[in-house]
Amino acid sequence: MALALQTFATVKDANAALKAQGSRYLGGGTLVVRAANEGDVSVSGLVRSTEPSLSTIVVAGGKVRIGASVTMAAIASHPELGALAKAARAVGGPAIRNMATVGGNLFAPAPYGDFAVALLALDAIVGTDDGETPIEIFLAKRDGSRAIVTSVSFTLPKADSFRFLKVSRVKPKGVSVLSIASVLERSPDGIVSSARIALGCMADRPMRARAAEKALTGRSLTKDGIAPALAAASDGTSPITDPIASAWYRNEVLPVHLGRLLLA
Amino acid sequence: MAKVPVQFTLNGSEKAEFVDSGTTLLHALRDKIGDTSPKGGCHQGTCGACSVIIDGELRLSCLTLAETCNGATISTTSGLSESGVLHPLQRAFLDTFATQCGFCTPGMIMAAKVLLDHTPNPSRDEVIEALSGNICRCTGYEPIIQAVLTAARSNSQNAA
Repeated sequence: MALALQTFATVKDANAALKAQGSRYLGGGTLVVRAANEGDVSVSGLVRSTEPSLSTIVVAGGKVRIGASVTMAAIASHPELGALAKAARAVGGPAIRNMATVGGNLFAPAPYGDFAVALLALDAIVGTDDGETPIEIFLAKRDGSRAIVTSVSFTLPKADSFRFLKVSRVKPKGVSVLSIASVLERSPDGIVSSARIALGCMADRPMRARAAEKALTGRSLTKDGIAPALAAASDGTSPITDPIASAWYRNEVLPVHLGRLLLA
Repeated sequence: MAKVPVQFTLNGSEKAEFVDSGTTLLHALRDKIGDTSPKGGCHQGTCGACSVIIDGELRLSCLTLAETCNGATISTTSGLSESGVLHPLQRAFLDTFATQCGFCTPGMIMAAKVLLDHTPNPSRDEVIEALSGNICRCTGYEPIIQAVLTAARSNSQNAA
């Protein structure tokens, strides 16, 4: 069934319209139009904004701000975001990447939302018209969120400190068995001084692997050094079961793939 | 349902229609304009059968609302042949038997066209990546990959 779309020049006006019962925000359409096509009767109207700042990428002084309407294809091809290209390319095929937005990816349920996993590892800040929220808090509360996401911001990771891995059964594009992103800082002698590890598909939304992060800090990235982190990798996880993989399988293979990521 | 005016260029021709607000581009093309080359497969963005080119980018018409295409330039497979002469991609799909039931073919061809527009001499891996959002359930992917490579060779020979 067709849904009336309202287009606004400003996020502020779109935010006001979004308060109507049954309204959903339209970004790239890969989530909300899909839901409408599937007959989701909770959606009764669509709202979007064409405010230019939503579609801009700003990289300055080691900081990155990506507008919420920026697509995965735009990130993958941006000359200063090479570190994130792999994570952006992990989202769908070429057509989906030309449509899927950064803002939408924050709301993608598992097994989707691979780029949000990367943003979680990067400790991004999610911007809305109401202010800024750390991504971990935003993801925890996203189901009740009514404010339009305007941007994500983060510190550009140092060379080689950011790593991303998507595990899928179909290559080169397939739905995730799981995805892992990490930001590791190491001292000159190779010891991990700080670690942020984010997991996709290991809960209904991206989550931090806190136990593994703690176990990795102070260790070297060797087979023996990462062993405690791998042993703790599944702590606190609650993986999804879907046609791609069972929760049991995801828990079984998580340490294997985390190990490959850390030793890469 | 409110009707909204939509104007865009489709395969070189100006189109102006009134559509129900929220109508997908796929429905507008097939039901209002009569261009049935984009196919409605999954309507979930998974199969790629509805792929079209909008302002030079491959997009899924089943997930794109028609009214967001105002002023856009849209290409579909039905606009590829000129004066009855098939586009090299269409010719290659026929010559290499890359189309069996044909349902996925228009989407495959549009995905391949975007690739060749940007990368005239792609590697096999680049072809596979370009087609990765398009599902075929009967022909098999190998003839399709060969068709795209054949069209690329044909293009480069013509250019030489």
